[in-house]
Parts: sequence; C-alpha cells; structure tokens
Amino acid sequence: MAVETVTFKNMALAKAINESLRRALETDPKVVIMGEDVGKLGGVFRVTDGLQKDFGESRVIDTPLAESGIVGTAIGLALRGYRPVVEIQFDGFVFPAYDQIVTQLAKMHARSLGKVKLPVVVRIPYGGGIGAVEHHSESPEALFAHVAGLKIVSPSNASDAYWMMQQAIQSDDPVIFFEPKRRYWDKAEVSTEAIPGPLHKARVVREGTDLTLVAYGPMVKLCQEVADAAAEEGRSLEVLDLRSVSPLDFDSIQASVEKTRRLVVVHEAPVFFGSGAEIAARITERCFYHLEAPVLRVGGYHAPYPPARLEEEYLPGLDRVLDAVDRSLAY
Amino acid sequence: MTVESTAPRKPRRSAGSKAGSTGAEATDATGTQRTTRTTAKKTTAKKATPAKRAAGAGKATGAAQTAGPELVQLLTPEGERVKNAEYDGYVADITPEELRGLYRDMVLTRRFDAEATSLQRQGELGLWASLLGQEAAQIGSGRATREDDYVFPTYREHGVAWCRGVDPTNLLGMFRGVNNGGWDPNGNNFHLYTIVIGSQTLHATGYAMGVAKDGADSAVIAYFGDGASSQGDVAESFTFSAVYNAPVVFFCQNNQWAISEPTEKQTRVPLYQRAQGYGFPGVRVDGNDVLACLAVTKWALERARNGEGPTLVEAYTYRMGAHTTSDDPTRYRGDEERQSWEAKDPILRLRRHLESSNHADEGFFAELEAESEALGRRVREAVRAMPDPDHFAIFENVYADGHALVDEERAQFAAYQASFADVEGV
Repeated sequence: MAVETVTFKNMALAKAINESLRRALETDPKVVIMGEDVGKLGGVFRVTDGLQKDFGESRVIDTPLAESGIVGTAIGLALRGYRPVVEIQFDGFVFPAYDQIVTQLAKMHARSLGKVKLPVVVRIPYGGGIGAVEHHSESPEALFAHVAGLKIVSPSNASDAYWMMQQAIQSDDPVIFFEPKRRYWDKAEVSTEAIPGPLHKARVVREGTDLTLVAYGPMVKLCQEVADAAAEEGRSLEVLDLRSVSPLDFDSIQASVEKTRRLVVVHEAPVFFGSGAEIAARITERCFYHLEAPVLRVGGYHAPYPPARLEEEYLPGLDRVLDAVDRSLAY
Repeated sequence: MTVESTAPRKPRRSAGSKAGSTGAEATDATGTQRTTRTTAKKTTAKKATPAKRAAGAGKATGAAQTAGPELVQLLTPEGERVKNAEYDGYVADITPEELRGLYRDMVLTRRFDAEATSLQRQGELGLWASLLGQEAAQIGSGRATREDDYVFPTYREHGVAWCRGVDPTNLLGMFRGVNNGGWDPNGNNFHLYTIVIGSQTLHATGYAMGVAKDGADSAVIAYFGDGASSQGDVAESFTFSAVYNAPVVFFCQNNQWAISEPTEKQTRVPLYQRAQGYGFPGVRVDGNDVLACLAVTKWALERARNGEGPTLVEAYTYRMGAHTTSDDPTRYRGDEERQSWEAKDPILRLRRHLESSNHADEGFFAELEAESEALGRRVREAVRAMPDPDHFAIFENVYADGHALVDEERAQFAAYQASFADVEGV
C-alpha cells in the first residue's frame, strides 16, 4: 500500500510514534498493537491515541493487566506470523515480563537454529524528570542490553522516533524500544519521505574538537545544552546521539574520540554496570593511545530512584555534565 | 467429572458426578442456567453474572481434595471398556486397527524413552527427562490433534512429539548438548521444548489468538504439569485465553510430583477446578487411560474449533520414574505409591483390552516387539553418530538480522582459534 509523503513541521515526539504506528498498521496487516489501556484511552501518554478507533479492537488490543501475559502472548502471535508492538505502561512495570523477554523472546530464534523469527517490538516509556511516583522514572536499558538476542534502541527526537519505530517494526529481531517520556512533548520536523539512515547507527548532532559527549534518548538534548554552555567558555564539544544501545555503534564513537581525544558518557541510568561502563571499556581498548583523559561517566547513583523532589539531584543535569567535562579537560 | 464453565455452552452431565454431593450440586446449579450449546464465536464468560460465578466457584471449592473427584475413564485398569455417555461419542468409531495403533504408539514411546535413559547412563546424553508412566496421557491427547493444530510442549512430551511425526532422534540433541532445541517448530506444528516452567502456556494462548484472528478453525494445545500450575504465567494464560476466547486446550499432566514436591504443595483444590474461576470448563481424566485421554482431548479441541474458547484438561497420572536422570526419588517417596500406580499401567490396560476383545493376536505383539527393538537401535546409533557442533555455532542465529557485536566477537574468536593453527600448523 502506497503511503503519502508528508512533512510535519512541528510534531511532538509522542505524536511521531503515533503516526509511525498508524503507518505500520496501514501498510502491514500483520502488525498488531497490544498493551494496557492502549485502546479507547490511547495509552496513558496517548501514544496510541485514535488507533483503535480507526483499526478496530482486533488490531489495537486492550490487554489484561499482566505484563508477562502481554509479552508471552505477543511471542505466540509472532510465531503465528504477526508482528506485535506491545506497550509496557512504564519502565518500572516491565519486570513481570522480564522472564518472558529474557528466557523466551531473546532466545527462541537461536533455539530453533534460525527456523522461527520473533518480530516483536516492546515499547517502554522510560526515564525520569516528570515528577512521577516510584517505578515511573527508571532507565533499565542496561538490564536488557546484557541479553543477547535483543536489540535496544532509544530515539532522542521526533523524526528519529518516527523512523526508528518503522525500522523496529520491520526488524525480524525483537526490539526493546525505549521512549524518552520526558521528551514526549518536544517538537521537531518529521518528514515521512525517506529513512534518515540505518537503525543502529549513531549520529553526530553537533560537531566539536575538544571533547566528545555521548548520549541517547532523553540525555541528547541535555548534552546539546551542555555543548552550548561550554561554547560560551570557548570549548568545542562534539555531541553524539547513539540512538541504539544494542548493537552499539562503537565505530562512530571511536571516530569521534580519535578526533577529540576525550570522552564523557551521559545517561540517566545508574552509572554502575551501565552502558557507559561498556563504552568506557571498549573505547579505552580501541583508543588507548588517543585518549588524553580517562573516559568519564555521568548518570544515576547506586540508589533506588529517589522521590520526585530529589530527582533533579539524582539525574544528570547541565552542571553535573559540565563538571565532568571540566574534569576530563583538566587531565 | 467436569466443572461447569461460566461460559455459555451445552449443559453436561458427567457420569462421574457422584463425586461429592456438593460437586454435583455445583454442576446442576450452573448447568440448568444454560439450555443451549452455543457454537457462535465471540461468546465469552462476560455473559455470566458475578453472582452465579461466585456461587459456582464456592461449591466447586467445597468439593475439594477430600471428596476425591472421579475421573473420566473409558478403560479400567483391568482393560474393561466402561460406558460414558458424555465422551463415548468421541471414540465411538474407533477401529481395532486404531486401537492397535494407540498401543503401538505407547509401546514405541516407552521403548524410545528407555533407550534415552540408558544413553544418559552411558554418558551419551547429559540428561534425560523420562515420560515413563505418562504414555497414555501423551498419546491419547497427541492423537486427538489434527495436522493443522499447534502443540506447545514442556520438555517431557516425547509421546506427543511422536504423534506429531517429530523424529525422536531430534528430541535428543538438546539432551546431548549439541543444540538447544533445533527442530523446525513449523515442520510438524510442534513447538520447541520449553524448560522454563509454564512459559509456553502464554505462547500457546498468543498463537491461539492469532488462529482466531486468521479465522482458521485450528486449535492449539499447551502442555504443562502440576508444578507449573503454580506459575503466574499459567494463571495469566488462563486469563488471556478466557478474555479473548482463544481456541486453546490446556493439557495438564498431573503426575503427582514436581521433582520432590507432591501436588498438595501446589494446590488446595483439584487442579481441573481452577478453570472454574477463569470462566471455562475443566475436566479431570484418567491420565493412564489412553482412550479417555483421546476422547476428552477431542472434545476439548472441538470446543476450541467451534469458537467456545479454552478448556482445562487435567490428566491424572503418575511419573513412574525420576524427574530426570539427575533426580533421586527415593529421598522423597516410597515404593508403595509406585506399586499402586504400576497396577494402573497405561500400556498394560490397553493390552488387556486388546486381548480380551480379540483385537490383537500374538503375531501383532511379536512384530511390535521387533519394531520396538529396531527403534531402540536406530535411536542409539543416531545419538552416537550425532557430531559435536562446529565451534562457530555459538555465533549462529543469535539474531535474524545480524548484530555488529556478534560479528566482532566471531571475528575475535576466529583469530584466537587461528592463532593455534600457527603454532601447530607445520
């Protein structure tokens, strides 16, 4: 089915995902949307708004309130030839489904020696900064990145959100799609004309020469602000939007670090055993003779995600990232 | 006996409803509310009022363990064919040849299973999960399935695999350690063995939701055990299948033991009664009676095909052997129990029936014996000839569309391996 090409001048990230899901439902009859409250309500963040009305209850399925059941039945639907896109309502609620994701979804392709494919997308609104209650602000991406068989992506802007969702749905592998919920309402231009690039390729969003900032999802915007602030002090920072956590585009990070010789990784997730740790280890290995400073990381602390009134202290902010930049440049 | 569903369906009267007056009342109380069996799709439990459900559930619970719910049984342990008004119809046309076929299936499955146990003892397999004692439950239910039906097994469904036409030697790869499954699930509509307990019941439910979406009249059957009945995934699969009226049969082989834990550690009510709370029927069948398992499973699969939604079948049976070859049942159960179940052996009872009905002669049994030994030899030879996988199989099929890290690590592994070739390679 041909899809009309449109350019949306000013589209919110959540709406871009909505449009992308709509397009997938239109173009592939095997795509089904599943989750809690995704039907009439349109999801708690309205990401699936209007889809059930237009595509019916058999394509946009309100499920019982049971996350393992959602992912487990999505696996069964995928085995039957469907391409389920399931919503986990909030990051902290994915764990009842963690078993199905880790022991079943991730491994079934390999266990069948490639005979069956599991084209399942698990959408998870994640991250903090919205003043939410417990279990609504977490960043569990590293817990999934550790598992072979899964692909992990996170868009930082509306255009990527639109296209990465298209690509995730077309992928024959299970994809955990982390949506930066605090950026749901950020607007940008979205063109439905052409895929901007491969799903798992990082993108330089700002060129610089003194230091590389690496981020994904909600922290990309922060890193751009950090680069602006640093520029006022005469420092030229390069900002790399990873877009994908697994696979991780080490080649792009390496290319940037060979130029700037300094690297700071920023994510909301706790630093300990976080994706920054993996990046630091591998970039140290790849760029040992280029580095002027150890790879530094800025992220959450090794403590439960704090009550909302403390989250600004817990999350990386402009000053904390600038502090890490200063420390790196001081070497 | 059956426990009535809260979903609209034809009233049923179980021949075994003598089991506890409260149980019988429950059947009547709910049964009389419905006078027609509906075959319409999209009928769901929603039509029953909460009051009725609560009343039914309460009475069903009252009939619990102590009343000793009776089983659907068509063949006594002595091999005598007993009448059952409800289920006779499902095996009414069975021919002597088909009965001999069921017997053959059970004998060959047991022989295969015994060979696998020996192969483990001799170091050819790392582990084996024996189905000894559960042949009737598996062959009866397996033979009830149609070619287009789909089966989601645990890791012990060797008899069902046999019925689906999966080459038995394919089942041994994972137990030998050369793969983690390996057969094509779509080749025989027999999914990979699932080791994480209960997970497959959700896959079966999702698959069945897909069947319904496709408008197909196939059915899906999910196997699990008494231990799995405690898993949240099994509970969730009951919820999902009921809510979506999915064409799935939950076939629980209650073999009395989850490794060392008896069924009393899993449940306070007979397992088939769990269905009541979810709004679909549950039936307990004599799991050592191949004919009864065939009939009840056919009935349940037919319900699924007719759009009447899920059914729970509890096949009451016994794990005659250890949980696996790594287990030692002498630590937790006595010989008396095993002996009492030996008297109810599924193969013996069908043999008695075949003999007393003059459906099989000595020649048949002798030929089967020879076939059985040949199967044992073939399995043994196939296992011993099974090569270790290529080292690079580690990196195969991790992803369908590839992954940069897997490629990188494969290359590193290749370089590492090649470094030995330099040393050795003169």
